[in-house]
Amino acid sequence: MSERFVNPTISNLPQSGIRKFFNIAQEIPNVISLGIGEPDFVTPYPIRRHAIDSLLNGETQYTENAGLIRLREEIVYYLKTRFSLEYNPKTEIVVTVGASEAIDIVLRATLSLGDEVILQDPGYVSYAPCIIMAGAIPVPVKTRSENEFQLTAADIEEKITDKTRAILLSYPNNPTGSILSLECMQDIANLAVKHDLFIISDEIYNELVYDGNTQPSFASLNGMRDRCVTINGFSKAFAMTGQRVGYLCAPEGIAKQALKIHQYTVLCVCRTSQAAAIAALKTGKETDYKDVIMMRESYDRRRRLMHSALVNMGLSCVEPKGAFYAFPSIASTGLSSDEFCERLLKEEAVVCVPGSAFGEGGEGHIRCCYATDIDKMKEAFLRMNRFIQRLKEE
Amino acid sequence: MNNLSHKVLDILKADCRTPLEDISVMLGEDSVKIAAEIDKLQKDGVILKYMPVINWDKTDRQFVEAIIEVKVTPQKEEGFDTIAKNIYQYEEVRSVFLVSGMYDLLILAEAPTLKELALFVSEKLSVIDFVTATSTSFILKRYKQDGVIFEIPTRDRRLLVSP
Repeated sequence: MSERFVNPTISNLPQSGIRKFFNIAQEIPNVISLGIGEPDFVTPYPIRRHAIDSLLNGETQYTENAGLIRLREEIVYYLKTRFSLEYNPKTEIVVTVGASEAIDIVLRATLSLGDEVILQDPGYVSYAPCIIMAGAIPVPVKTRSENEFQLTAADIEEKITDKTRAILLSYPNNPTGSILSLECMQDIANLAVKHDLFIISDEIYNELVYDGNTQPSFASLNGMRDRCVTINGFSKAFAMTGQRVGYLCAPEGIAKQALKIHQYTVLCVCRTSQAAAIAALKTGKETDYKDVIMMRESYDRRRRLMHSALVNMGLSCVEPKGAFYAFPSIASTGLSSDEFCERLLKEEAVVCVPGSAFGEGGEGHIRCCYATDIDKMKEAFLRMNRFIQRLKEE
Repeated sequence: MNNLSHKVLDILKADCRTPLEDISVMLGEDSVKIAAEIDKLQKDGVILKYMPVINWDKTDRQFVEAIIEVKVTPQKEEGFDTIAKNIYQYEEVRSVFLVSGMYDLLILAEAPTLKELALFVSEKLSVIDFVTATSTSFILKRYKQDGVIFEIPTRDRRLLVSP
């Protein structure tokens, strides 16, 4: 009966479709999960060591709301040297509880009731709910496999109204593994100028790009810095998901307002985690990001293995170029992505995430993560292949 | 050595049973080319042998192992090589290294019993010409070998589905 006390905006939000099969999967023995969206590496030892030392040194107090200045300075140096971005550590960086918090506070700091935000569909599960919780309206724009899931300015422009305020982008992309060409980025940048929109660019997977490709940072495009918020973090590139450290970089006018929300809700990010983040960037700088590169190379090999296996099963699959996901089409099986994943789990004990969890545009696809042990991945491929062959005979 | 041989070695080092087809897919190279590369690495003596890392404590095989530090007088023109050769021919000797520091040669040796290993040191090793001193440390427990950690279950702590 307590439902009457609940805010209907929240109760109307769906639960994350990613977690949907979690309870069923837990009950199944010998289950192999391709549904995990995090590195299979433990945080590199020097980073963990530094976090422990920080605790032992008695660094247990609050920090500045925006994060330790040493961390912000390291972030600025990192972004400058790796992604050609220029930010002021004192006024333009806020260290957040993962990139997730950054997304939330940027949206709340910038959107007013009824504003519209363009976002790619399929896209990461938290964007639309966060936009709704900020009182605004998510406007999904579908991306297509024929175009390697790249968001195009032409498709965006069709959805622009006088309420449109921002475009939320995420490349390298979860769930599709796609990256965005410089040409597409430039077109979107021009569109943003034309309609006076700002860009929120979630670049959490920016270190995970393969095959000699690169994913430039949106704010590094000419004229974009002052209408762009860059969101990033330590989870993916440094295998630090559980430590929850992310950050946003924005022109002072936006950063200052986002910082207020952060200040009143979170106060500051866990100091131990901030110490770990400093170590990640310092060690990275001193070793030419050896650990990051080692992990990327490992994902790259598994990426090729997974793509080849999915294609050999008869699924059509765009070759993923970034993040650690493949997003094959299962349309040929005649099942919906939900049905496919549920049956695959129950009949063959393999977890994949249905594409529909990432928006209507993801229907007909499944997300498979290749940050998975090679032997397990190969066993999963055998099971999936068996399942698909069986479907053909039905 | 080229970049490809480094990449192939990296994969084989992690798992030397990785099928040729998988290596070819993982590196995006033709499998004939990979086969030739591995062949060359073997012929050139880069890859000497493919061996498993075994945790003998989980078997019923009983034997003792020791690390033996050996001090020797190096020989004119031959240095340490001849002495090392004299040492490594014994079946008890698993590895021999020339090292810097207090001692000259470091030996890993094994034998079925403590007594046999002790006899190897006193009757075979110590009497080799130019060996001047030995110091034997018996291995009690193995924590990590060839990059593999022993006895710690590698549990995946991640949630089954995330984030």
